[in-house]
Amino acid sequence: MTIQTDKSTSYTKPGIEGLVADWSSDRQTFDLPWGKLMMWIFLLSDTFIFSIFLTGYMNVRLSQTDNWPNPSEVFALEIAGQHLPLLLIAIMTFALITSSGTMAMAVNFAYAGNKRKTVILMTITAILGASFVGMQVFEWTKLIVEEGVRPWSNPMGAAQFGSLFFMITGFHGLHVTAGVIYLSIIARKVARGDYEKKGYAIVEITGLYWHFVDLVWVFIFAFFYLW
Amino acid sequence: MQNVAIADQPDELHDPQTFITKYVYSQDHKVIAIQYGITAIFVGLVALALSALMRLQLGFPDAFDFIDPSSYLQFVTMHGMIMVIYLLTALLLGGFGNYLIPLMVGARDMVFPFMNMLSFWFYLLSVIVLLASFFVPGGPTGAGWTLYPPQAILPGTPGYDWGIILMLVSLVIFIIAFTMGGLNYVTTVLQARTHGMTLMRMPLTVWGIFTATVLGLLAFPALLVSAIMMMLDKTLGTSFFMPALVSLGESLDYSGGSPVLFQHLFWFFGHPEVYIVALPAFGMVSDVLATHARKNIFGYRMMVWAIVAIGGLSFVVWAHHMYVSGMLPAFGFFFATTTLIIAVPTAIKVYNWVLTLYRGNIHLTVPMLFSIGFIFTFTHGGLTGLFLGNVVIDLPLSDTYFVVAHFHMVMGVSPIMVLFAAIYHWYPLITGKMFDEKLGKIHFWFTFLGTYAIYLPMHYLGFLGVPRRYFAMGSTDFIPESAQSLNASITVSALIVGLSQLIFIYNVFWSLRAGKPAGHNPWEATSLEWQTPDVPPHHGNWGPQLPTVYRWAYDYGVPGAEKDFIPQNHPVTESEQTAGEPEGR
Repeated sequence: MTIQTDKSTSYTKPGIEGLVADWSSDRQTFDLPWGKLMMWIFLLSDTFIFSIFLTGYMNVRLSQTDNWPNPSEVFALEIAGQHLPLLLIAIMTFALITSSGTMAMAVNFAYAGNKRKTVILMTITAILGASFVGMQVFEWTKLIVEEGVRPWSNPMGAAQFGSLFFMITGFHGLHVTAGVIYLSIIARKVARGDYEKKGYAIVEITGLYWHFVDLVWVFIFAFFYLW
Repeated sequence: MQNVAIADQPDELHDPQTFITKYVYSQDHKVIAIQYGITAIFVGLVALALSALMRLQLGFPDAFDFIDPSSYLQFVTMHGMIMVIYLLTALLLGGFGNYLIPLMVGARDMVFPFMNMLSFWFYLLSVIVLLASFFVPGGPTGAGWTLYPPQAILPGTPGYDWGIILMLVSLVIFIIAFTMGGLNYVTTVLQARTHGMTLMRMPLTVWGIFTATVLGLLAFPALLVSAIMMMLDKTLGTSFFMPALVSLGESLDYSGGSPVLFQHLFWFFGHPEVYIVALPAFGMVSDVLATHARKNIFGYRMMVWAIVAIGGLSFVVWAHHMYVSGMLPAFGFFFATTTLIIAVPTAIKVYNWVLTLYRGNIHLTVPMLFSIGFIFTFTHGGLTGLFLGNVVIDLPLSDTYFVVAHFHMVMGVSPIMVLFAAIYHWYPLITGKMFDEKLGKIHFWFTFLGTYAIYLPMHYLGFLGVPRRYFAMGSTDFIPESAQSLNASITVSALIVGLSQLIFIYNVFWSLRAGKPAGHNPWEATSLEWQTPDVPPHHGNWGPQLPTVYRWAYDYGVPGAEKDFIPQNHPVTESEQTAGEPEGR
């Protein structure tokens, strides 16, 4: 059996043949920078964390005998006498999804070597992320102060509503906060010109993490606010 | 090759200069491995001492005042948790994974050395937090290593106040440490192999560690989540795992939680954990057997696929730990079936080890003795696993000493046998010195025979229905008095085996100073870690030039070759090519 040792040709093969060539080659399996592959594997592990959180959520919720609060009532805003269900969440989700868009643009400009636009777009992404966390703080405050929901109790029914809500959105909020810090650090390094020689793969790696956090939010949103 | 940073640019490796950067805050995978190893063996000795205390109580009830029912449960819990997580997982992956992966695949280091260093310091922190629980009010938790709620966090269980919190915090820190290390191991195996090193030319050790690490990255999340949820139950008074219940005559504030949910989450981690420990052991024992039998491993490809298959199957068998917890009978059927299916790839591996020995040129060195011992203990423990995997047989045997005997044979003693084999096998590489052969053999016979003296009688105790985790049997009618004499005999054996480990410790330290220089490749092994220019390998492993690999790791006794082994970095000769390609290349 001859072993493919020249990587330059193996990636040109499409489909199954290329897959086999990649996995049977020497040196490296994926044509990716080390950091990017590591981020993908980390995200796979993190996916398991959130999946288990949400599976736990489903299990706990389905086994409740107490009344489960109606999300469109709990998460409604009263603005100028108008009752607007899910308004805040819609704004939060919009902010986060938009930030994914600006992040994607930042990656594009980074690979094009446009440092200034990359930094501006990453900063916008970080600001949108921070505003998401800010709105989450507002939502938590409203739930705790006005509605009297606590991690251990809930005046509207099942105590587990509060427990699960604070735990899972809190865990996601920590991810977003970490992402904002991560984005800020990388944006500053890009501005300083640290990656002019090494290449801008790091911007894409940061972006992978950020898109993942957004994607997780879509699931949390569906499970908590739409179910 | 824009992605291969370290491999092609040795000038990027900054040689550590000061003592601190060289031996303390070291980013060299070999130093990190030794740091992991020493820490793991140290906590392992703590856990060994705890097991001796447990055995003293069981063998000679009430002979020692300082062992009361609470402290007995604390010993059980800490012994189990330390052995499974802080010794076996850390030593196999953090220790041997770190040391062997870069050397065996021909890399200069792990791909992210700084993160690798952080991994060790987080691990050390988790160990410190865990050991700190011995010194807090109430002592460490006594909930059993499975930490089942609701009892784990309620009064009546020792350490329900501080101990359990420290235990959960320590586990979370350990998971962070493991994740940082694990990402490194997986990425290094996938992306940083040397020229000619394909996945199917990697030694089985790397395959075992690689697959186990993937399992860890996917299984530890379940433990993380359950630790967080239980921590909230304990500290904030949520009721994820806590049903409405009455404790000490008062009804508690908890209501509506599900203890069985915890069991599912825990065992979704807990069963892959068995294979996180077993797969690296499978891999290492394969390499030790092939080297010391001077024969290629039988069925290399099958061995690889068996490792991968076991890894995949290990995620769909978890509920066989919960047959008595209550389950839809169809689920019991499902999990019994998957459990028995996993015996197929496992049996393939055992047959292949035996067939590797068959007509081999067996050198009964110390590593070889431990490897052969492993085949015995593992087969033995695996067979009792078939009993327990069946629902109807498991129900009466559940929570008896049969279970204790089973898992100590299969995932206690067996990986430990491989660890000893591995330590003796790679000791000359790590230290550059040879260990004392005679002391090693004495250590083996005490350990191997002692193992059977301890665990064989436990199977009988299990059949008698002696329950595990009990401080004392009291006046239990169905247990004959002779069970007590059996327990005393087990205790004496356990103490002897425990003490005989001192021979090993002495051997390691004595040989470090006074051992004969090992020289280059003392076992005449083929895999790359023995082909480094310096023994022990220096920082950067390979000198100016990375090795090039031309063959698999098992060219022992090749017909027509000059010596009875051909290292992986020796080019294929013309005579070999004309002789035709052997199978499995």
